[in-house]
Amino acid sequence: MEPILTINHLTKKFGYLTAVKDLSFTINKGNVYGILGPNGSGKSTTLGIVLNVVNKTTGEFQWFNGNLSTHEALKKVGAIIERPNFYPYMTAYENLKLVCKIKEVDYSKIQEKLELVDLWDRKDHKFRTYSLGMKQRLAIASALLNDPEILILDEPTNGLDPQGIHKIRSLIKKIASDGTTILLASHLLDEVEKVCSHVVVLRKGEKLYSGPVDEMISSHGYLELRSNDTDKLIQFLEEKKMFGKIKIEEGLIVAFLDQPMEAQDINKLMFENGITLSHLVKRKESLEEQFLQLTDN
Amino acid sequence: MLRLINLELQKLLLNRTSKILIFISFILPFTVLILSSIKINFFGFFTLELGELGIFNFPIIWHITTFFASYFKLFFAIVVVSMISNEYSNKTLKQNLIDGLSKKEFILSKFYTIVFFSLVATLLIGLATFFIGLYYSSYTEASIIFREMDFLLAYFMKLTGFFSLCLLLGMLLRKSAFALGFLFILYIVEWLIYWGVYEITESTNAAWQVWNRLPLGSMYKLIDQPFQRIIMTKYPDKIDLTYDYAVHWHEILTVMAWTGIFVFLSFRLLKKRDL
Repeated sequence: MEPILTINHLTKKFGYLTAVKDLSFTINKGNVYGILGPNGSGKSTTLGIVLNVVNKTTGEFQWFNGNLSTHEALKKVGAIIERPNFYPYMTAYENLKLVCKIKEVDYSKIQEKLELVDLWDRKDHKFRTYSLGMKQRLAIASALLNDPEILILDEPTNGLDPQGIHKIRSLIKKIASDGTTILLASHLLDEVEKVCSHVVVLRKGEKLYSGPVDEMISSHGYLELRSNDTDKLIQFLEEKKMFGKIKIEEGLIVAFLDQPMEAQDINKLMFENGITLSHLVKRKESLEEQFLQLTDN
Repeated sequence: MLRLINLELQKLLLNRTSKILIFISFILPFTVLILSSIKINFFGFFTLELGELGIFNFPIIWHITTFFASYFKLFFAIVVVSMISNEYSNKTLKQNLIDGLSKKEFILSKFYTIVFFSLVATLLIGLATFFIGLYYSSYTEASIIFREMDFLLAYFMKLTGFFSLCLLLGMLLRKSAFALGFLFILYIVEWLIYWGVYEITESTNAAWQVWNRLPLGSMYKLIDQPFQRIIMTKYPDKIDLTYDYAVHWHEILTVMAWTGIFVFLSFRLLKKRDL
């Protein structure tokens, strides 16, 4: 796999505060990555460093195997961080023209990208007259102008209404399906779960997990059980070796599986042992629960 | 280089406020020139005709026009300061860097634009002075016309130096009002230094020597005040009025050095800063 961005032992200190602590990970071509973390976990700082706007304290990072200087590499990258930043007194078209000049891209791309984000008919309106959703879409069009090798998005749906969120999300999916590598920073987990194939989880600037999303949700799931004879059920569960933690939540018994097992097998096993279940559900843990477990303490 | 100027010109010329200010900073010096060439009639008592005073004669006209025109540099100074503060307040500086402009290119695009505007302003003043001079001057021999054209070079350096200082202050303080205020404070501080040196050495000469090497002082010294010279031309026998009004290469070098320092410091500041 071809690495696009390699980060090695990156550290950033703001005075006494360490925003990013000894962070290392690699972004490979063709995958959709999510950076997950609560607010203030160092997501934006990390992106700021690789995007040349925040100075690192120690460590290093490399774009495209280090063959290009950072600002040359950024011409092959599309990025939107925090909120859309454009010149309010220029129209959408003029703003994109300016970006074309910076990235040294032909103006003909402007129409294509504005049509992609449904803003072509508003191209001659000034940026300051745009709604937040339109601003965010213009930012995406701007980031795509150079047909980037990687698209970096920092909280792209922040502050948008449900329609706006949906629109941005389907755009991201569309872009991802075209084979563009995407790095998406967010604290919205369903967003990452829906879009990303790989995740990096951060807390207080430290990496807690990095790898495929499926492997992060590595447990075999858990069971929700209910029976008239609760004591007998618990006793049975505790005797068997295949269950880990067992807890009772609002009359439901929750048992975590230590090995793979199907719901029908469990039902059969219970019945053979003289327990009749009035409720049986097998669930997989969501990314959210997994994330809360990881970042909790 | 053209790409960087082109980039900055788009930012400036699409902004209505800066477009107006740029227009004013180019046009206003000329209206004053035109006004001064009009005969002013004081209710029929007497007519004051500035052209008759000999101030539009070559070569002194180069001195006079550049001296007065340089006062209008403040208009473009506002443009320079606001073109930095706008980049901060719109966060477009950050976006420019993310889009692939290097910090060095960012500062250079501002500096090249400053040089470009100074050049245009110098050219305009040069042409205007040339034609007004041809019209009014009593002497029109080529050797006299083109004498003392080094005032144009001084004018160009004065503008470039001053705007570079504005660039640095804009980068440092990020707010237009603060930057312009700081310019005024710097002006006062330079006079305090003058006073301080005078107190220590008790010599006005030493105090001037120091003041002439301070940022604003060195820029002012490039083109000395022409009033004394006008009087000199009227009363050539008054020897105690003579003074050194010429443009010296060491004065130009001083301003060039300051310009270099301002641009370099702006770059260092941006490089060190987390945006």
